[in-house]
Amino acid sequence: MAPLLQVQDLHVAYISRAGRKSPALEGVSFDVRTGETLGVLGESGCGKSTLAVALLRLLPGNAEIQKGAVLFEGQDLLRAEPRALEPIRGARIALIFQEPSLALHPTIRISEQVSDVLAAHEPASRAARRQKMLQVLAEVFPADTAHIADSYPHQLSGGQQQRVLIAMAIACGPSLIVADEPTASLDPTTQQDILGIFRRLREKFNLSIILITHNPALLAGLADRVLVLYAGKVAEIGPTEEVLKSPQHPYTRALMQSVPEGLEGSARSRKSRLPVIPGEAPNLAVLESGCRFESRCADRMEQCKQREPGATALSEAHAVSCFKYGG
Amino acid sequence: MRYFLRRLMQGVFLLIGVSILTFLFSTLAPGNYFDEMRLNPQIAPETVAALRVQYQFDRPLPVRYGRWVNALLHGDMGFSFAYNSPVAPLLWVRARNTLLLTVTAMLIAWALALPLGIWSATTFGRLPDRAISGATAVLLVIPDLVLAIGVLILAVRSGWFPTGGMVSAALEGLTPVQKLRDLAWHMELPILALVLSALPSLVRHVRAAVAEVLDAPFLRAAASHGIPRTRLLYRYALRAAANPLISLLGFSVGSLLSGSLLVEVVMSWPGLGPLLLEAILARDLFVVIGGVLCSTVFLVTGNFLADVLIYWADPRIRSGAPAR
Amino acid sequence: MPYRVSSTVDDSREGEKMDRLLIVEKLAKRYERTTVLGSKKEVLALQEVSFSIGRGSTLALVGESGSGKSTLAFCIACLERPTSGRIVFGGNEIAALGEKQLREVRPQIQLVFQDPVRSLNPRFSALEIVSEPLIVQGRLNKQEREARGRALLAQVGIPQEKESQKADEFSGGQRQRLAIARALSLEPKLLVLDEALSALDYSVQAQIANLLLELQAALGLTYLFITHDLGMAAHLADEIAVMEQGRVVEMDAADTLLRAPGQEATRRLIAATPRLGAADHRPQVI
Repeated sequence: MAPLLQVQDLHVAYISRAGRKSPALEGVSFDVRTGETLGVLGESGCGKSTLAVALLRLLPGNAEIQKGAVLFEGQDLLRAEPRALEPIRGARIALIFQEPSLALHPTIRISEQVSDVLAAHEPASRAARRQKMLQVLAEVFPADTAHIADSYPHQLSGGQQQRVLIAMAIACGPSLIVADEPTASLDPTTQQDILGIFRRLREKFNLSIILITHNPALLAGLADRVLVLYAGKVAEIGPTEEVLKSPQHPYTRALMQSVPEGLEGSARSRKSRLPVIPGEAPNLAVLESGCRFESRCADRMEQCKQREPGATALSEAHAVSCFKYGG
Repeated sequence: MRYFLRRLMQGVFLLIGVSILTFLFSTLAPGNYFDEMRLNPQIAPETVAALRVQYQFDRPLPVRYGRWVNALLHGDMGFSFAYNSPVAPLLWVRARNTLLLTVTAMLIAWALALPLGIWSATTFGRLPDRAISGATAVLLVIPDLVLAIGVLILAVRSGWFPTGGMVSAALEGLTPVQKLRDLAWHMELPILALVLSALPSLVRHVRAAVAEVLDAPFLRAAASHGIPRTRLLYRYALRAAANPLISLLGFSVGSLLSGSLLVEVVMSWPGLGPLLLEAILARDLFVVIGGVLCSTVFLVTGNFLADVLIYWADPRIRSGAPAR
Repeated sequence: MPYRVSSTVDDSREGEKMDRLLIVEKLAKRYERTTVLGSKKEVLALQEVSFSIGRGSTLALVGESGSGKSTLAFCIACLERPTSGRIVFGGNEIAALGEKQLREVRPQIQLVFQDPVRSLNPRFSALEIVSEPLIVQGRLNKQEREARGRALLAQVGIPQEKESQKADEFSGGQRQRLAIARALSLEPKLLVLDEALSALDYSVQAQIANLLLELQAALGLTYLFITHDLGMAAHLADEIAVMEQGRVVEMDAADTLLRAPGQEATRRLIAATPRLGAADHRPQVI
């Protein structure tokens, strides 16, 4: 069966006012199958948020898609007419942005904002729409649905706002949801609630999810596969268990080591020095040749400075971009 | 609710303060109507003195103010020396004429400013925006007086428009429809001048308010839900940009009586402006105070209106949410 | 509400008292919020909070948002006056001090905030940021201040060539280093870190956590580490106090608390913390 989403060799760059191009994503390729949850793991500046908006061609004016294809249900979204994208946005692929408090219109009621999403894609009478709107909200707010519907965003807590965004995302029955840091600003308990909602909804509606985050622990319980993004390129992609427990790419390995054992640690590991990745993520506007992780890599070799590695398949499901394994 | 009562009380206090100040300044300013009269050799000094007593100019200031307020509360706004008639009916007629002009001009200006400002904001930095910004800059720089005179020159040179006044001399013999058309014909130029002077600032405000909102995350989020572009613009963007614009609307309403003075004087439109000007020059005390008070009432009403509108439009203010 | 107190906290023993740099007793803070419409709402941010921190050690204060952690931080840093209760710092009662005396105390307790973007003036250079508190405090002349500023920058790992770079040109992690350096400029004894790591990427959090541990060892600092990330709290803290709705409901040595939590709130927090070990047992997707 063909994958639901196929991203092929995607290149996105930002153009400064002076006309200088700095790459945000280069050569990004991956698949998402129906019902699968793909985690995109990366830190600030790696291009994960750019990836989210690029899929739906919602990039800001100063960004440019230079190369690549995004095949969704067989159609290349990057080459489609803008009009052809409208029935897809929000209805077949839904985006959940970071910062729920900023993603909702401040002076329009929740009920209207949800209804607007329905109205954009499904012609129906007002009464039918209102029915559907309450139904959709009830998926994430089993109690108090009517009260929440009548509220304004600022009257809701962060967790509640996030639920509203999730409701708006599933309102028209999409097959793919792209969630960008859906739990970043939330409490641990609220985080768990939101993740629980994701689990329940994907079971119920057989959703595919792309979950973008910088927190590997979130993906441990939710994702089938993990894609690790570094400096705009795919460092590693494979089954969650393998990538998180036995990472192959030096960056992934260093990243996993720098997360404190915390709750799972022993008294000895407490207050010990964490192994860190020296230096900082590269400034993509001034790129040098060679692998982008080279300057911080513990395993760097001569050739790492000269060329960029390609992807090597370690197994059927697991691929790495590193000279250690070929490339 | 308490909030509105408080604002109302503030407005009333403002009115009282303005009336006191106006009264004070008008009477304290050197010269009064009777001094002018005294210069006129044809009027006997005894007549002047008698008139002064009649108008109670010999009484102390607070007493005169008190009597004036008392009269005001009974609907009597005093007496105009120059026109030899009660002030109130004089003011109403003139105010009506002014409002005819300014309300129409305001409606037209806003009707033009909204789409122009939105267009400018959505094409930020590109040609349409640069053209509109350039035009508004030019208009802003030209003083209102120059604009009004320029429009007048247009009338004189082209002969298409009347060069002043509100109605033609031959008004009496016309049918109602023709009277209306005559009125409209006379209104065109003053309204043109008013709109030209108000438009640039409005357009810039709309542009700024909308441009700021266009960058907001919730707009991109709404776009990602597939909400069509026009709805996005008018329902989502404009509503979020509404707050500063509503304040501006209130201010516009507030200046309905006072903003057109220059244009009225230049175009000889029989409104409140020329009346006030003459009254000040002639030291016609009660007309001046009455006119200033009317303008202030409008100002206060305009601001109050803005408060009410914002309260109605922004739920965050209704529930006293902390500013994010 | 009864809470379990570890055996290391015992006010009745005078000798022990000196080991606790900070003792907070029954601290309460009430706010009155006036809405735009003029109605008043009373908010009880802190209700009878009691805990203490050992000199040179780290206490992690964990709790959900709304539990009162930030209010507590502000009260301890003497930026807010508590409604009632005692704060004993270095043996001295400071909660009820007058403004003049507080000015002596404040340099000893410094705050590091969560948001590296908004807590630093973006147009100040790195050197200016770390030497600003010295100007305000009126100590040292210009040369001395700059020398001290440079030493501080070196201590937190900001390279010297970046000392005149503007704050908004630094990354999030570097900005937090600047914030820490600024906090250290007045040679405080207690550093209150209010969610100081929460806005950073994990690899950067590790760097800053290491820095904090180094500084604690080198300068003998005491830390009050406020967070809702139990994992990082577990890594950095000697003791952990759990807050819920304005109260400290449990406080114990880190190991003990995590292995055998006594209160429901603690158990809930532990359960809610995402773990790498947890696997999602789903049937393989075709």
